[in-house]
Amino acid sequence: MSATAAPPQAPAPAEPPVHRPALRKKLVPYWLLLPGIVWLLVFFVLPMAYQASTSVQTGSLEEGFQVTWHFRTYWDALTEYYPQFLRSLLYAGTATALCLLLGYPLAYLIAFKAGRWRNLLLVLVIAPFFTSFLIRTLAWKTILADGGPVVGALNTIGFLDVTSWLGMTEGDRVLATPLAVVCGLTYNFLPFMILPLYTSLERIDTRLHEAAGDLYATPATTFRKVTFPLSMPGVVSGTLLTFIPASGDYVNAELLGSTDTRMIGNVIQSQYLRILDYPTAAALSFILMAVVLVMVTIYIRRAGTEDLV
Amino acid sequence: MTDNTAGGDVRLAGISKHYGTFTAVHPLDLTIPQGSFFALLGASGCGKTTTLRMIAGLEEPSTGTVSLGDRDVTQLPPYKRPVNTVFQSYALFPHMDIFENIAFGLRRRGIKSVKKQVDEMIELVQLGEHTRKKPHQLSGGQQQRVAVARALINHPQVLLLDEPLGALDLKLRRQMQLELKRIQTEVGITFVHVTHDQEEAMTMADTVAVMNAGRVEQLGAPAELYENPRTTFVANFLGTSNLIEASVESAGDDVVVSAAGTALRLPAARCSTTPRSGGKLLVGVRPEKISLVPAEEEHTVGAGRNKITGTIADSSFIGVSTQFVVDSAVCPELEVYVQNIERDARLVPGARVVLHWNPEHTFGLDAAQDIDAGVETVEESA
Repeated sequence: MSATAAPPQAPAPAEPPVHRPALRKKLVPYWLLLPGIVWLLVFFVLPMAYQASTSVQTGSLEEGFQVTWHFRTYWDALTEYYPQFLRSLLYAGTATALCLLLGYPLAYLIAFKAGRWRNLLLVLVIAPFFTSFLIRTLAWKTILADGGPVVGALNTIGFLDVTSWLGMTEGDRVLATPLAVVCGLTYNFLPFMILPLYTSLERIDTRLHEAAGDLYATPATTFRKVTFPLSMPGVVSGTLLTFIPASGDYVNAELLGSTDTRMIGNVIQSQYLRILDYPTAAALSFILMAVVLVMVTIYIRRAGTEDLV
Repeated sequence: MTDNTAGGDVRLAGISKHYGTFTAVHPLDLTIPQGSFFALLGASGCGKTTTLRMIAGLEEPSTGTVSLGDRDVTQLPPYKRPVNTVFQSYALFPHMDIFENIAFGLRRRGIKSVKKQVDEMIELVQLGEHTRKKPHQLSGGQQQRVAVARALINHPQVLLLDEPLGALDLKLRRQMQLELKRIQTEVGITFVHVTHDQEEAMTMADTVAVMNAGRVEQLGAPAELYENPRTTFVANFLGTSNLIEASVESAGDDVVVSAAGTALRLPAARCSTTPRSGGKLLVGVRPEKISLVPAEEEHTVGAGRNKITGTIADSSFIGVSTQFVVDSAVCPELEVYVQNIERDARLVPGARVVLHWNPEHTFGLDAAQDIDAGVETVEESA
């Protein structure tokens, strides 16, 4: 190697190895994002845009639909179907509250008391997913059948008197009443409540319980001041995962309810598939989305989860 | 709960703890005097934390009773005991700020105006500017101080500290040791401190109980334990000891033993067992008690001192002292710490040397025990 050739050559190969891997590294996150972004673009953003345009079209199936910026569809849809909207929010809210009441103790038990049974119990929580949603809901039709053992038992203990006073049942029937729909919703969305609750409870260091007890907190106060506040992220995500799909659900109302228990999901479904009034169906979908979005935003603000660790 | 006047001794009577067939703590009797700084020292798994948790009420003893003063608290749940704990991981409430963490105990006891007390406590642990921060925004040392403040504000009869300095680095640990000692002197509450760090136990505590395998091996003031270990475990776990297997030549007030032809003497008063002529005895001496001279200067060693000849196998310079390992027929690998006052250039590996020490500094242990007990556990925790 000659001394004269070395200086001009040396800096050239020395620099690129420093920069190229750094650039490649910077691009890695984008490459990892790409499949997800493409998927969302094709199957979420495009259909949304298509639905948005449908919602401001007018016309009929025979003559075809044109974009006429007919925003009145939204107003008409809202004024015509607001009972179904309110009913949806009421049923979904009731089902969410029931899920929380039923799911919290169970998630607590699995997280803190189950010991070696923990995994088995978790499998049991998701076991219903091994059968189809539809079949499970149809099974509830049998469970709640008129004159069946469940309805009989509920009647005997006077439960149905309470629910009919609340306007959730009529006479000694459960099927085709609001109670049946709420029961179905609760049952179907319960795992979506339990799993996030479990995850956030399980993350709580049990030594915090000991510390609270050591600092004169009774078990009840420990729950109120330590366990429950620390499980708020789970409560928030669990209620959202239950409430949002429940408010748009139509299967439970369709199979377990009657015409008096129609939820907004049933209206949208029939507008799309039976009446074939696509603009109204699309407008209803967007209204539902907006309502849920506003409610969720307020809820998250109120719950103040951003303050939690 | 603020009553920490006379009769506040912690008394454990025959308490034990079994987990299935495993015995974590063997029946134990212990009295921790009111106002003392008491350390439970031992390697991990020796039962020291279990003992502490039984005092706190976080663990139910299998047998025996826990009393605070004249009150039997064995059946009381933790939230009814006038005892507070500083947990190993601090266990600060992550969703509350420092003020609320410290006020927690007061609020639970229905005290409404907590501000003054909390501020005083924050002052005591020097966390003034962090009042409204969340625990995760503080450093380990600061979190540790919050944990201490949160417990101390309740003026417990006893403060239990479960390895509270374990997660801190060495320098901070030394600082916190002094801090805790200062706070203890200031508030005068009984502190029960669990640790595996023998230096920490000795610097902080008035009384140290050395635990091994679910039993208290020895209990006493740090200097007493160090100078007069009664078992090989204590001799090895607390500092370092040279233990020499020897046979007893003559027993009396002055015991003469021999090991590999070398005669050594020690006072009978410093034997934890009664030496019998012809019997065996483990003779111990601390490394810093031994002096070292080159073999050719043997004549300078005073008469009446215990002498062993050997060869330096290794030496390491530590700064304040030099640590020598000396091989001899009496005992392989004798450790000798020599202060670096005047360094003798002749004391290098391979040199023939004479080790000598005052017979008064020798202690005798029962030979029927494992000579290496407590040795590995020290290395493990270091």
